[in-house]
Amino acid sequence: MHSRFVAEAAQSPLLPKPAELVVGVIAFALLFFVLRKFVTPMFEKAFAARTEAIQGGIEKAERAQLEAAKALESYTAQLADARGEAAKIREEARAQGAAIIEDLRAQAQEESARITAAAHSSIEAEREKAISSLRAEVGTLAVDLASKIVGEALEDQVRQSRIVDRFLEDLEKSK
Amino acid sequence: MLASAVAGPGFVPPSTNDFNLPPVFGNSAYSTKPILLVFLSIIVISIFFVAASRKAAIVPGKLQFAGESIYAFVRKDLAEEIIGSGFLQFVPFLFTLFTFVLVNNVFGIIPFLQFPSMSHVAFPYVLAGFSYFIFHAIGIKKQGLGKYLKGIAFLPGVPKFAYILLTPIEIATYFFIRPVTLSLRLFANMFAGHLLLLVFIGGGNYMLHDSHLLMKILSPFSFGFGIAMTFFEFMVQCLQAYIITLLSALFIAGALADEH
Repeated sequence: MHSRFVAEAAQSPLLPKPAELVVGVIAFALLFFVLRKFVTPMFEKAFAARTEAIQGGIEKAERAQLEAAKALESYTAQLADARGEAAKIREEARAQGAAIIEDLRAQAQEESARITAAAHSSIEAEREKAISSLRAEVGTLAVDLASKIVGEALEDQVRQSRIVDRFLEDLEKSK
Repeated sequence: MLASAVAGPGFVPPSTNDFNLPPVFGNSAYSTKPILLVFLSIIVISIFFVAASRKAAIVPGKLQFAGESIYAFVRKDLAEEIIGSGFLQFVPFLFTLFTFVLVNNVFGIIPFLQFPSMSHVAFPYVLAGFSYFIFHAIGIKKQGLGKYLKGIAFLPGVPKFAYILLTPIEIATYFFIRPVTLSLRLFANMFAGHLLLLVFIGGGNYMLHDSHLLMKILSPFSFGFGIAMTFFEFMVQCLQAYIITLLSALFIAGALADEH
């Protein structure tokens, strides 16, 4: 078969034609140059931009989520703080109120005790004074009465009662 | 083949001569059909991909998407999968190789063009030559000439006596078999495929014009088979473009790896 087409054809199909070798090298090199210079960098650029866009989007979303979580956390913390604060204030107020009441009660008790004591002492003094003055007066009265009774000879009942009435009147007047 | 020896009006099967086309115009060796097709291919590829990649938009249009899909296929499924780290610098070469072979192969079934440029062995030789040059250059650059050659000739981790057998095989593989298989696989597939189409289409034509009625009636079967083979050829054309790119990527990956 080989000898047949060597005889018939110019050359074997396995022998390259020089012109085609030259053209092949030039064409391939040209195509390589064009694709290398104009096509592959652009495709790579598009791929990189796409990757970046997707990655950027994901990162942005992640960042937003993180921020939201952080905000929520801070709000929750603030709320808890506020609650604690309110409870503390309430507790303090209650304690303060109790203290004030206690204070007032003590004050009132003290005051009342003081007043009572003062009253007691004044009453006591009055009594003392009354007793002492009474003692003196009773003495004089008794002496007066006795002298009057003795001085005016008490013969009758009427006189007697008159003397007593007078005495009582005097007593009342002197008062 | 014997039939062609029969003289007269009988069926003349297509032969290798059918691949030797006369110049399309003038009388130059540079104006033949395959050469014009190769130039047409680089113009078509350049225009298509420059137009597709011009905008480099984040959200691609239809054209950019089509171009990107092909580029991404070579970049990811061939370069990245096989070469691994540092694959990016080889993507332009592999991309050029893939698109160049694909378009020139598919020319074989495009109406009016209908000739696979790669059935002319010079083009596969050139492509294999580029691939050969690149993977050896990478190996020498990466490992140094001495270490690279030593790594090829004396496969590490092999018992010493095995070198008697392995060293000639390895040397032949790297320096002779690889470029030859790379180019001949592509050439033979395109050559045989085109020949097959010529047989069925030419045969159908012959049967249609035969005086026998039965032959005329049966001729559509030949045409039908020719059409079926055209679809089959399309598959082979794409596959061969993939294979030559795949193998080139494998050779590059092998040269990059310290041990193969």
